[in-house]
Amino acid sequence: MSTTTLKPDDEALRKPTTPVHRLGEHVFDLVAEVGNFALFSLQTIGWILRKRPRWSVLTPIFYEIGVQSVTVVAITGTFIGMVLAVQAHHQFAMMGLATRLGSVINISLVRELGPVLAATMLAGRVGSSMAAELGTMRVTEQIDALTALGTNPVHYLVVPRFLGCLLLIPLLTLMADFMGVIGGAVISTRVMGVDSFAYWKHSRDFVEWLDIMAGVFKSFFFGATIALISCHRGFNSSAGAEGVGKAATEAFVLSFIVILFLDFLLGLGWNSVYRSIWPEDSGLL
Amino acid sequence: MTQDAADLSTDHPLIELENVSMRFRQQGVLRGINLTFHRGETVCVIGESGCGKTVLLKLIIGLLRPTTGVVRFDGVNIAELNARELVKLRLRFGFLFQGAALFDSLNVYDNVAFGLREHHVCDEPKVREIVLARLQEAGLPAGLEYKKPAELSGGQKKRVGLARALALDPEVMLYDEPTTGLDPIMTDVINELILQTQKSHEKAGIVVTHEMKTVQKVADRVVMLYPLSRIGRGEPQVIYNGSAEGLERAPDRRVRQFVRGEAGERLREMAQNRGSDA
Repeated sequence: MSTTTLKPDDEALRKPTTPVHRLGEHVFDLVAEVGNFALFSLQTIGWILRKRPRWSVLTPIFYEIGVQSVTVVAITGTFIGMVLAVQAHHQFAMMGLATRLGSVINISLVRELGPVLAATMLAGRVGSSMAAELGTMRVTEQIDALTALGTNPVHYLVVPRFLGCLLLIPLLTLMADFMGVIGGAVISTRVMGVDSFAYWKHSRDFVEWLDIMAGVFKSFFFGATIALISCHRGFNSSAGAEGVGKAATEAFVLSFIVILFLDFLLGLGWNSVYRSIWPEDSGLL
Repeated sequence: MTQDAADLSTDHPLIELENVSMRFRQQGVLRGINLTFHRGETVCVIGESGCGKTVLLKLIIGLLRPTTGVVRFDGVNIAELNARELVKLRLRFGFLFQGAALFDSLNVYDNVAFGLREHHVCDEPKVREIVLARLQEAGLPAGLEYKKPAELSGGQKKRVGLARALALDPEVMLYDEPTTGLDPIMTDVINELILQTQKSHEKAGIVVTHEMKTVQKVADRVVMLYPLSRIGRGEPQVIYNGSAEGLERAPDRRVRQFVRGEAGERLREMAQNRGSDA
């Protein structure tokens, strides 16, 4: 029996051909993707509340996210502080305010640059790696194998990574802040010749604990964002090396955009709260 | 159909697919599938690449939900189970994936012990006993248990995958192309292991395969699927459901062609499709 002349059943559902159809399809896909991400995030939070992962699962992931990131974050933080010192010194010296350099460098570091750049580095190092790892697990059916063995893949794979990013990225942010402060101070006082006592005095007068806490507060959100976006991209990776590569790239790009967006929103929110408590002050972020 | 196969088919089915269809977005994969699988029976599912064999296995274990139709296990509709019940159901299955799907980050021992530890089936000494017994049954040498999957050959990966699938002593074994990509000797080793597993543990088994040697060796019954994209409206997708011996005498020419590995008019059809696509 020949089947070549028969019309396959699928032909009833042809791909849309007009631009309106295609636009509709893209909008539909976008809405579905956002909904899928929201469900994925809720599932993750649900599993955190329901069942804590085993230490034997958490430990290697915490090591990978935390310990393995120390070097890159320390180097990034140090150079940010050093670059700020080099760039700002000339302008401040011209106005005779070189001794104020410490306050500007340190407030910029702990409020903005430390948290945002540490999160950006971690989105590149940890986020892309998580998306690639989970993407490979998806395309090699390891995630299906987990499900077939009666284990929830969100609980086993996503929850430990989420907790790792949520709890360790704030600590790494503090590390970036500290190294930046040291880097800025070394360049300012040892290379640019700013008086050390005045540098630290102005820093202490200007930077408060609340400034540091504001940066750390933001980094919790950045950590959660990196984990959820990267794991979601990995879980939804398409087949093949191209699909996994695309998932890793998307994980970084999306995380980076959302980090900047969140930084803006959290800045607005924090300032509103701050001004409502201390109306005479100018705000923190 | 042989007498044995006919007897088995009169039992209450362990797995039942009723008018099952599966579609991924605009691409239909399965349509109107009605099949039953019985206790103690080993069924080989054959068919061209892309005809939906693996999708069929994933529907049976609840990894996918059918677009329409019902999949029943032991009389229970899988779609009606809650998450906890679905986990319990999945533990009654063992699944050997096409590429073995061993967890890269774990060594062989931890891969095989995974299900036992996750579900707290027994204490660690008992876990060790079970893992070593399963690895030995799969013919894997001592000392291999501490290697990572990346250090194993294709045949070793498949055997570790089999040991992992059997660790929880499931009622039904699902094998997804267990011999694909293996040399003829290793293919026969895997076939022997499947046969040994099915007979010694008296499990139901569904083997998705292209290998006719596997079919001849392990099958009590054979089901052949045809790609949905190549059949007409109203035409059944299951084009053979009978004994392995009857394949060569099947009334449908497509079955005989597949069994003999004859391209027939396929090359011309593919060239035609390419032309019409362009």
